[in-house]
Amino acid sequence: MTWADTFLRTLKENDVRLVTYVPDNVLTPLIDGAAADNYFMSIGATREDEAVGTLAGAYMGGLRGVAMMQTSGFALIANALASLIVPYQIPAIIAVSERGTLGEFNIGQVTVARTMRPTLDSIAVTHHTLTDEATMPLIVDKSIKQAFTTQSPVVFIFSPLLTGGNPAAAAKLT
Amino acid sequence: MAAPTIDAPAVLNRADLTKRLVAKLARDEAVVAGIGNTNFDLYAAGHRPQNFYMLGSMGLACPIALGVALAQPERGVIALEGDGSILMALGCLATIGMVKPRNLTIVIMDNGIYQITGRQKAATASSADIVAIARGAGIANSHWVRDETHFEELVSRRFDADGPALLAANIDDAPGTAQPVRDPPLIRHRFMRGLGTARRSALDA
Repeated sequence: MTWADTFLRTLKENDVRLVTYVPDNVLTPLIDGAAADNYFMSIGATREDEAVGTLAGAYMGGLRGVAMMQTSGFALIANALASLIVPYQIPAIIAVSERGTLGEFNIGQVTVARTMRPTLDSIAVTHHTLTDEATMPLIVDKSIKQAFTTQSPVVFIFSPLLTGGNPAAAAKLT
Repeated sequence: MAAPTIDAPAVLNRADLTKRLVAKLARDEAVVAGIGNTNFDLYAAGHRPQNFYMLGSMGLACPIALGVALAQPERGVIALEGDGSILMALGCLATIGMVKPRNLTIVIMDNGIYQITGRQKAATASSADIVAIARGAGIANSHWVRDETHFEELVSRRFDADGPALLAANIDDAPGTAQPVRDPPLIRHRFMRGLGTARRSALDA
């Protein structure tokens, strides 16, 4: 079972049905896997903060969801986290593919990646970096459960160590 | 708003329109109101358990309402938003035009200014036409409100069908008349109780 299969299975086991996303190369197995599975309701958003807003509304309506994006998209959601998700205590599940490290070719991605963890730390949002298939199932399952029981968001950062990184980036470096 | 898709709509009043809308809500419709005067006037129209008041995240009233509409397809859901806020989030109209939730209605209060930050002009004051933008985004059922009577006609319907719809009203610059308590967890919890999704406990007795 691949990391993407494991993540989608864990979402199902925790009744997380709504998938909002802005496309990303690395997360394609997750986005396509969810779109191909009738269990999930997949909504492509035009911006990452929109995806987070939809997730918040769905939660309040009784539908659990996850927002998927890449690192640069994460930089667009600081206000949605700081003025909606955190103060209203909404257990948003957010999946971010990590670019800007371990072989990145685009300096813009490198710089924006440096803002991600400090931003999350500054507003006390729990985040876990997923690096290997052995520990990932437990981290994801326990953290999703913790998010819903404590009314708190959680961010999963999908490291290139887990995903293999962006194939386009690998090609540019050779 | 200088380029409306109808001839010279009347200048209406946000508090008055909001009261007229709330008076038509007969099926516990959810109402998600954007930051500032939009949610102040929703609160002023009389608190309802199905009201959600935003205190930040400018531009996200429609995405939040979309989420509620997806979660509860049998409930009518209404997003109240200002012109400045929707200009910040025009992409969400494309998403809503694509998803086409039949139970979602958007009401845009358009006074052509960023009223609460010092009355700076918005693009809607001179060139941007919200109804034309919404139609172009795939929300065919989009209309400028001609006057109060027309607004009453447009909201005299079931909100759980025939969506998505968008109504835009040319409004005056009167400020909001009351403000909800700034307690986000309380607002969220009460909204969820109103939608039947809150965790039940003895503390709610």
